[in-house]
Amino acid sequence: MEAAAAAAAAGGGCGSGPPPLLLSEGEQQCYSELFARCAGAAGGGPGSGPPEAARVAPGTATAAAGPVADLFRASQLPAETLHQITELCGAKRVGYFGATQFYIALKLIAAAQSGLPVRIESIKCELPLPRFMMSKNDGEIRFGNPAELHGTKVQIPYLTTEKNSFKRMDDEDKQQETQSPTMSPLASPPSSPPHYQRVPLSHGYSKLRSSAEQMHPAPYEARQPLVQPEGSSSGGPGTKPLRHQASLIRSFSVERELQDNSSYPDEPWRITEEQREYYVNQFRSLQPDPSSFISGSVAKNFFTKSKLSIPELSYIWELSDADCDGALTLPEFCAAFHLIVARKNGYPLPEGLPPTLQPEYLQAAFPKPKWDCQLFDSYSESLPANQQPRDLNRMETSVKDMADLPVPTQDVTSDDKQATSKDSNSLKARPRSRSYSSTSIEEAMKRGEDPPTPPPRPQKTHSRASSLDLNKVFQPSVPATKSGLLPPPPALPPRPCPSQSEQVSEAELLPQLSRAPSQAVESSPAKKDVPYSQPPSKPIRRKFRPENQATENQEPSTAASGPASAATMKPHPTVQKQSSKQKKAIQTAIRKNKEANAVLARLNSELQQQLKEVHQERIALENQLEQLRPVTVL
Amino acid sequence: MAVCIAVIAKENYPLYIRSTPTENELKFHYMVHTSLDVVDEKISAMGKALVDQRELYLGLLYPTEDYKVYGYVTNSKVKFVMVVDSSNTALRDNEIRSMFRKLHNSYTDVMCNPFYNPGDRIQSSPGGPYFLCPYPVQVGPTSCVRSSPGGPYSCVRSSPGEPYSLCPIQSRAFDNMVTSMMIQVC
Repeated sequence: MEAAAAAAAAGGGCGSGPPPLLLSEGEQQCYSELFARCAGAAGGGPGSGPPEAARVAPGTATAAAGPVADLFRASQLPAETLHQITELCGAKRVGYFGATQFYIALKLIAAAQSGLPVRIESIKCELPLPRFMMSKNDGEIRFGNPAELHGTKVQIPYLTTEKNSFKRMDDEDKQQETQSPTMSPLASPPSSPPHYQRVPLSHGYSKLRSSAEQMHPAPYEARQPLVQPEGSSSGGPGTKPLRHQASLIRSFSVERELQDNSSYPDEPWRITEEQREYYVNQFRSLQPDPSSFISGSVAKNFFTKSKLSIPELSYIWELSDADCDGALTLPEFCAAFHLIVARKNGYPLPEGLPPTLQPEYLQAAFPKPKWDCQLFDSYSESLPANQQPRDLNRMETSVKDMADLPVPTQDVTSDDKQATSKDSNSLKARPRSRSYSSTSIEEAMKRGEDPPTPPPRPQKTHSRASSLDLNKVFQPSVPATKSGLLPPPPALPPRPCPSQSEQVSEAELLPQLSRAPSQAVESSPAKKDVPYSQPPSKPIRRKFRPENQATENQEPSTAASGPASAATMKPHPTVQKQSSKQKKAIQTAIRKNKEANAVLARLNSELQQQLKEVHQERIALENQLEQLRPVTVL
Repeated sequence: MAVCIAVIAKENYPLYIRSTPTENELKFHYMVHTSLDVVDEKISAMGKALVDQRELYLGLLYPTEDYKVYGYVTNSKVKFVMVVDSSNTALRDNEIRSMFRKLHNSYTDVMCNPFYNPGDRIQSSPGGPYFLCPYPVQVGPTSCVRSSPGGPYSCVRSSPGEPYSLCPIQSRAFDNMVTSMMIQVC
């Protein structure tokens, strides 16, 4: 019926708009056949989307833009040429590929393939039939698939521009050449993918499903995918299309299967370059060294995010971990990832590891992981390369909600980093610990800045207390205080916890900076020795002064520590120069330090009070001793 | 040429048990169950020496009229029990040892799988053969019941659709190894 209508339209109704076509008999036959393939039964396909129906003029057979676009791409003309042809034939203008538009387009394709410029005039002459090279077999058979492919692609919300869509379709088409035949034996149940995929256009997706179901019984009938006739919306490169394609191909073209199976028996299990790079990047996010391996737990957490069931994951692991060592090297990881991706796309897992996924094969095929941004630049990649990374993206986006192709690979990597940060903590402990220790670094830096200007703290020479001979008294105990939190001589009460925690946080500095250790250790005991050594402690207090303005203890020593305060102000500009990344960590640490400082300041004041009292007692005792001495001497 | 191979966990519940389908499987389950006592006896007898010196292969646990039961215990107290046909006189001790060694290797490979939680059942395929539980804790294929932990054969069976936690590991390699053992002498 469509063929008849098409023929009639071709024969008769060419006068509207575009110039009249003169088609030879062979051309007519071929074109009508092609048109019949491309044209979905506007009324025949119950699954056709409403938008398409709205655009289609009732009673006119139109070719869905999806299959048409694929067919055009199969002509292997450059995208710009196809654009031109589409414009010229009038499809763009009218918004759909009617018979006339389609035939004109075909003629233009033939002209372009013959080398003639794409112009209306070109089609006036005799031209050979357009050639569509989509696969090893005649491309027309593939109409079914492209349509499906195209239709499913609609549901993918990635692309928005027609140009992109064309380009991607180019890629996908080429990929289809190599991939689709081999997908056939692995046709997956159409119902499985929706479960895995995040489908923003959910209703469209369900329609696609229904249309896919109908397409099965209708051999080579161009389904009406839910793709809008305009190519723009059909841009989304879809991974599902491949699946449908596979199912269709299997159902419909036996000979193709035979042919293609022989040459590409493992296509779905063949990792393309893009996929390989994606896997390598993911591997790097988990394990920076590509020649090393990922431990089992790290890989388990990573793969669990794919939301596959545990038995399936364990089976995939069993397949991919060839040496059964509980860890994944890079080729093993790529194989496992590929299997997961395939499984998410609905392919049943193989009984054994396919030869293209064997570690030796992967090592040989991709000896050196390259870090090229091909993903974003060249669209002339194979279909699964586009599809599978998008699968991965979809898989990851289902976890992380990403919608843009160039972005996901990077964002996913970064998100993976964040998500697996706690797993890779052992691997990437440094960045993490650095953030925590940034404040300690700041502290240490501040402390480190101090020594040059304030009185030398490390010396432990209690200059002010030297008159009391405390140097001699407490120097033996200084190593003790330096080493640990030993309480000072019994005159003073034991140290409370906050000061100890402060010491602990200071102890963290030790591994961080080289300068810090001596000063941190010495500054902390110096703080402890506040009652013993006023000058060394004052610079510390001064240092925290900008952070803790309310420290009452600093008041009495304000006058004495004037120069010290000036010294302590210097570290702050340095602090402010720190990267904004560490600011938050620094600020939280600053808060903590302020609290600790407040506690310490209070303690300091109390201890100083006690010290004064003790001093007084001592003086009193010494006086008594002096008074009594003459008695005892005598 | 084993007729039944069982992997018993440390707590004496079965991790994996499989017998030739032609026989009454319950009988083999019972035999394995009763052999656990003998295993424990042997372990305790040998356990007086250092654990390192204890040999993993336990040898013939006990013979019955038709069958012989051999035992093997790993250092983590996971026991392998193999029931062989008595009429098969060609089986020698060394062959049994090698079979146990292969079983141990396969089990180690299962352990290496990070998705395997020690203590989980080892299943051959998702939705694969469920273990028959000789005790009243019969569970249907879609329900998930955890029997009382005291029972020696407390089985945990989960529905195939359940993705996490109670799903046992799927290990085809292990199952294939057991199958090969049942078919031929390894």
